[in-house]
Amino acid sequence: MGSSLNKPELVVDGKRLDGRRFDEIRDLKITAAPLKNADGSAYIEWGNNRILAAVYGPKEATPRHLSDPSKAIIKCRYSMAPFSGLSEHGRSGPNRRAIEISKVIKEVFENVVVLSDFPGSEIDIFIEVLQGDGGTRAAGLTAASVAVASAGIHMRDLVYAVSAGRIDEHIAVDFTMIEDNYSDCDMPIAVAPRNNEILLLQMDGEMTKEQMSEAISMALEAGKKVNVAQRNALKEAYARAGEEKN
Amino acid sequence: MEAIDIVKTSYIKELIAKGIREDGRKANEFRKIEIVSGLIKNAEGSAQVDLGATRVLAGVKLNLDEPMEDTPNQGNLVVSAELLPLASASYETGPPSPDSIELARVVDRGIRHAKCVNLESLFVEEAKAWTVYVDLYVLNYNGNLFDAGSIAAMSALLSTEVPKYEDGKVVREERVSKLKIDNIITSSTFAKVGGKSLLDPTANETNAAYSRVTIATDEKYVRAMQKGMSGGFSAKEIEELIEVAFNNHKEQKDIIKKSQK
Repeated sequence: MGSSLNKPELVVDGKRLDGRRFDEIRDLKITAAPLKNADGSAYIEWGNNRILAAVYGPKEATPRHLSDPSKAIIKCRYSMAPFSGLSEHGRSGPNRRAIEISKVIKEVFENVVVLSDFPGSEIDIFIEVLQGDGGTRAAGLTAASVAVASAGIHMRDLVYAVSAGRIDEHIAVDFTMIEDNYSDCDMPIAVAPRNNEILLLQMDGEMTKEQMSEAISMALEAGKKVNVAQRNALKEAYARAGEEKN
Repeated sequence: MEAIDIVKTSYIKELIAKGIREDGRKANEFRKIEIVSGLIKNAEGSAQVDLGATRVLAGVKLNLDEPMEDTPNQGNLVVSAELLPLASASYETGPPSPDSIELARVVDRGIRHAKCVNLESLFVEEAKAWTVYVDLYVLNYNGNLFDAGSIAAMSALLSTEVPKYEDGKVVREERVSKLKIDNIITSSTFAKVGGKSLLDPTANETNAAYSRVTIATDEKYVRAMQKGMSGGFSAKEIEELIEVAFNNHKEQKDIIKKSQK
């Protein structure tokens, strides 16, 4: 969170800095299967976020002692490019924040992937943030979900993620970097749309019980749009593949 | 090497014996080059290059640092490369591999020795100069990262704009001038399979090869070279390949320039 000393006006005339309503997410576009080598992949443009996700597997689990004869294991790496932010050149490779994000995203896919279909194997999920502008874990997870689906890996649901939180007294969704830095709370949520079960939730800041329930229901409503974009991306990729075959 | 690679390797060798490449190219023919520059707005410069199915994204960041002691009046250039695990099933997570370090250093040497980036222009004030960080992000691997990396780095550098510096502070939201680029370098990489040197080798051709050489040139001079793998080249072969590299340079330079709007 940024210092409150130089906090910019985040809300002007009841609208946010980029002119959005509080319950409105930024434009998003997903392309399924943009990468040739990966078994599945997706590219997401969500606001100014630019994120690539790729999936390799299922393949033989390594090292052997991690292999589970009853089900597949999932490995996940979320990482930000050293040129992804507007600030100074960053360090390459995952830092502590990225390792934690990788872990909670991995746990989401352990829920939705039908692991018992692939005993003894591993599924690798890679998320590379090429440009970040707030909500990269939600956007990265949303892309990863499309990547897993495009790899033909069995899933119970097409999980999506979106963030919600509070700016001053307003509950809002999908914060940009600047909103995230100066908001009172930012809370990414991942959801399985078939039963609206929450599979990832991280929160810091301050919110009352009432604000929490408002934020969650606003996220679930906004998430419908994200889920539609995911499904459309997959349909377009299969249509494309069909055309190339003909 | 996995079983499938061994099968492909012998297939490539059989084809080469008949004078054919797997994608039908001539021995001295590059794959199609496509460049999109400026797609990462947060970076001061960027370019994505597709060389056939090889895709490399270069990002440029400028940090305000203290100049090196022996060159107090100029800035610095730092080139790094990441063979991202999403780019190939054979790439692994972990610390930088020798291959990624070699890639970064070969691209760096060409740009440095051709004096592409005007390092004097990076001087800001006493004890302050820009360091130009070029990161090569390999997004999809199908051979010849050296040449794709050089094109990506060069295109990204050409697109780079220097942030505003005012009252001792960097204002990254405002960019005031183009980075001063004095020269353009490109490289040509050859892999030798069955006695034939193949320009711009694919991943399969690289697996089947026993020697490799990269030649980086500007219009006039050879600026950097790197011989790789255990096999060798004769002096005569090297001379011939240098000739090819000079011929390629002109064409690639035009493609790089055209990518800048």
